[in-house]
Amino acid sequence: MTGAETVPGALLTGGAGWAFVIFAGLALGTAIAVVVAKNPIHSALFLLSSFLLVACIFLLQKAEFVGAVQILVYAGGIMVLFLFVIMLVHQRTVRETIAFQHQWDVSVLFLIAFLLPFLYVLWTERFPEVAANPDAFRSVNGRIAGNTEAVAWILYRDYLLPFEVASVFLLVAMIGAVVLGKRSVERVD
Amino acid sequence: MTITINHFLVVSFLLFSIGLLGVLVRRNFLTVLMSVELMLNAVNLNLIAFSSRLSDLTGQVFAVFVITIAAGEAAIGLALTISLFRQRRTLNVEEASSMQG
Repeated sequence: MTGAETVPGALLTGGAGWAFVIFAGLALGTAIAVVVAKNPIHSALFLLSSFLLVACIFLLQKAEFVGAVQILVYAGGIMVLFLFVIMLVHQRTVRETIAFQHQWDVSVLFLIAFLLPFLYVLWTERFPEVAANPDAFRSVNGRIAGNTEAVAWILYRDYLLPFEVASVFLLVAMIGAVVLGKRSVERVD
Repeated sequence: MTITINHFLVVSFLLFSIGLLGVLVRRNFLTVLMSVELMLNAVNLNLIAFSSRLSDLTGQVFAVFVITIAAGEAAIGLALTISLFRQRRTLNVEEASSMQG
């Protein structure tokens, strides 16, 4: 972790490392802005920028497919959904003078108690050294292909059942959203 | 600047804590949902970092699954938001407390 360039297990070096520092710092800053912003539209836009910055970190890690999916699904899908709902519920009714609920002090204590084990693991755990393989994200059957092809190969061959289960899950979520969101029909007989 | 897995873990930890804080302290139901998305994003960051560290693509596949689950969760959560707003004319989670003991 010191300045040496030949640290075993280094994920990013040089300029990419500084780019990671910038992206991560901005992502954390926008995440804090999501939590403290009073206006939900501001929260949504800060959340969008946080997603885009995390996608940039994915691209730095040469995980291009996940980065693209992150931008398409989060920025293109989920954020549009959020903005639609913010538009549907009237802005005037949801504007709040006090953003935090009255039990926030208890919540923060609970948060600290919950996160201490995480910190403990973070400080004590030492991860084993693994020989780095820079082409691991791109190779398919020993030849060099794209990241998307490599992910597709492993997704459709080794994880086909979870993939199908995910599609069923999306169907269930869609039906559930329709049932929850529809207006109750008034009987006119 | 050399970045190791520990830097990724710290960033992911902070992102997760910020999301958890948002879930716990905010009153607006929409912001609570957004904080849940932040937490899922932190998990994705961890998956990608370990995938890169171990030179194993499985982490990326699971990140795609996590994004799928996040999409479904957002759809259901927003439907609940609309349903809540229709019945109570509010998004304040403190006022949706009719099930407390």
